[in-house]
Amino acid sequence: MSANWYLVLSALLFSVGAGGVLVRRSPLVILLCLELMLNSSNLALITFSRNIGNADGQIFALVVMVVAAAEVVVGLGLIVAMYRRRLALDVDESRGLRG
Amino acid sequence: MEQVAFFAGAIGALGGAIAVILLRNPFYSVLALVVHLFSLAGLFLLLHAEFLAAAQVVVYAGAVMVLYVFVAAYVGGIEEPLWDAIPGQRILAPLVAGALFIELSIAILASGLESLGSEGPTIPLGFGSPEAIGKSLLEDFLIPFEAASMLLLIAAVGAVVLAARRPPLDSPDVEEPSILNPPEGGV
Repeated sequence: MSANWYLVLSALLFSVGAGGVLVRRSPLVILLCLELMLNSSNLALITFSRNIGNADGQIFALVVMVVAAAEVVVGLGLIVAMYRRRLALDVDESRGLRG
Repeated sequence: MEQVAFFAGAIGALGGAIAVILLRNPFYSVLALVVHLFSLAGLFLLLHAEFLAAAQVVVYAGAVMVLYVFVAAYVGGIEEPLWDAIPGQRILAPLVAGALFIELSIAILASGLESLGSEGPTIPLGFGSPEAIGKSLLEDFLIPFEAASMLLLIAAVGAVVLAARRPPLDSPDVEEPSILNPPEGGV
């Protein structure tokens, strides 16, 4: 399989994730869609790493995974805090950043 | 054989991704994301990224998804209102996503990079194995590696602080004990 196939698949997955972020309103599902986008970029990084024959791109993908894990932890902490304070779990409801 | 594996992984990844954004129940969305991650791990194997495929399954589909499942179960089903917050959002968003896909595809296919049409060079034995990844992590990329560990530590502390028990917004007078303001006389 040529690298183009993988890259187009990665672009397709990224677009699906971006469309999900635009259309959904539950913060939990928006976090899931962010995961989709991060994973599609990982696929592109690994494809280029294979295509160049240098494994350094895989380190990039590993760092993306770490950043995604950190983002998930903070995002889920925010969702739990919103739920505990009985705020509406809807990104359009909670637009203000007043503490 | 490789084509069959690629298309199986691609269909799984794409189907999982579409199911994530179409299913109404967040719990099912999380399960669809697990399918997506497993399919991607298969694609990583095809690209000779053995360590990353294992990390994807263990870290993502294992640990991170368990967190999601817990939070989805804790928060419960979130009812999304049917009206659009921005008029036409439900029609415009897929159009924007489609435009993004077409643009990215043009950028990839018209890039003129000849190597993208090939499978890539023959790679040495052990490419992407835990040994090779560990070696380059600790030799060439030591500082990013340490920065990543600091980032994870900060994220863990931040999550504990964020999710600490606080009084609800409508009754600000009641002080509940929390990590930030512990009760008198110790815990």
